[in-house]
Amino acid sequence: MPDPRRETKSKYTLDRDMPGAFEGETVTRRRLMNLAANGAGAVAAMAFTLPALGFAIAPIFKRQQWTWQPVGHPSDFTDTDYVTKVITITAGIGEAGNTIAYVRKRDPKIDTEPGDQYNQFVALSDRCMHLGCPVRYVQAAQRFICPCHGGVYDFRGMVAGGPPVRPLDRFYTRLNKTTGLVELGPRFSVNDELQRFAPRFPGEPIDGIGQYLYPAQFDTASPPPH
Amino acid sequence: MPRIPAPPLPKALQPKPKKPGESNGVATSPAPIEAGVTVVDWLDERTSLSPGLRWLLWRKVPRGINWAYTLGSATLFAFLSQAVTGVFLAMYYRPDASGGAYESVRNINDNVFLGQFVHAMHKWGASVMIILIFLHMGRVFFYGAYKYPRELTWVIGVVLLILTLAMGFTGYLLPFDQRAYWASVVGININAGGPFIGPFLSNFLLGGADFGATTLSRFYAIHMLLIPGAMAALIGAHLYLVTKLGISAPPWLKTEPHDGGDHELEQAEV
Repeated sequence: MPDPRRETKSKYTLDRDMPGAFEGETVTRRRLMNLAANGAGAVAAMAFTLPALGFAIAPIFKRQQWTWQPVGHPSDFTDTDYVTKVITITAGIGEAGNTIAYVRKRDPKIDTEPGDQYNQFVALSDRCMHLGCPVRYVQAAQRFICPCHGGVYDFRGMVAGGPPVRPLDRFYTRLNKTTGLVELGPRFSVNDELQRFAPRFPGEPIDGIGQYLYPAQFDTASPPPH
Repeated sequence: MPRIPAPPLPKALQPKPKKPGESNGVATSPAPIEAGVTVVDWLDERTSLSPGLRWLLWRKVPRGINWAYTLGSATLFAFLSQAVTGVFLAMYYRPDASGGAYESVRNINDNVFLGQFVHAMHKWGASVMIILIFLHMGRVFFYGAYKYPRELTWVIGVVLLILTLAMGFTGYLLPFDQRAYWASVVGININAGGPFIGPFLSNFLLGGADFGATTLSRFYAIHMLLIPGAMAALIGAHLYLVTKLGISAPPWLKTEPHDGGDHELEQAEV
């Protein structure tokens, strides 16, 4: 039994004796005005918040251009030693946009991964796969050595010791038929079987479950069609 | 609502009794102190700020507080020092990754009057602020001052700690020398080590897949606009809660039997 002093109000404004009420009206004008004003405020706030947010996170979704950079004649490279080449990965910011690639000729006796048109020359990135410091190639030891935390890689760029989680990243390479020059394409990551993956950040293992824990980024250049 | 006690006036400011024989009731030129009072009255009549200021500045604090209670204020002053030196460093700094950033910092250090001093204030002040935050946090932890009803103050303080560390991380890149560059590369790659969202977080920080043309300006904007704004707002909330809830008594202070009076509280200025 409801409290007799508190009558439950009808949802119709007409029943509540509101001035100007009409048949079937349930939303009072005060309530409508409230909704309209707050809604307009929300729309106005979204109108500058959402574009600003998109502006800030847009680089995550941007795809890079697929470019080739000449690094030298095929005769410049041997299959027993690496040649250090400076290539540009970000144009327009000078030294900060450059990186180093260690390039050699493919040696089928030790390079057991299947050969195709993109790996007749082996080009390794100098990013250590622990945390991204630059590794240095030491020919006497035939090892890549990282100065930061002691990561060591063998002649093929496979992890030989220390904290790195996967072999050194590589670049696509090709021999340009018209110019006769060796060219370097985008960087890609490899797992312990040297299978190609879209580039990952250092420190992200891509063996087994790793490739799902660390998904490929939207902004990486996709591999060329075979 | 209880009346807020008026601040005790220092002796020098208290009105002196008139000397015998002094003229009475004749208007003389107002003393400078009266001009100040007039200005304050004018402001107060329009803003009603003085009760709030009294509430903020003349609070009762528990007996037995010591120098460790000043670590929060010390951290606040470290923040203000960082804000002021940072604003003026921004007048000379150029977030240009193709060499301009390094050159502008070199210019600040070598050519600008007091530039090296202000830069060093900002650089060393950053470390001082981190140290002070941890000392302040340790005081609050070991005195049990984070307990009811001050949990939210603690939570906001932890967020401020995280934001301060983020300031250190983003500020480290700005001189754009070899150490700044490689430390940031390593830091961004550590971020990427978080499963699922790590790579996206690193992409957001870098503004792309690799260290790019906008990475430096991105760090600069985060360092001098985004985080300081959030920190200023949260410091305001932190201070409001400190004032609202009062300062906790030292844990070794025994509770005295309550006899109706509030003689456990001493009047003090902090």
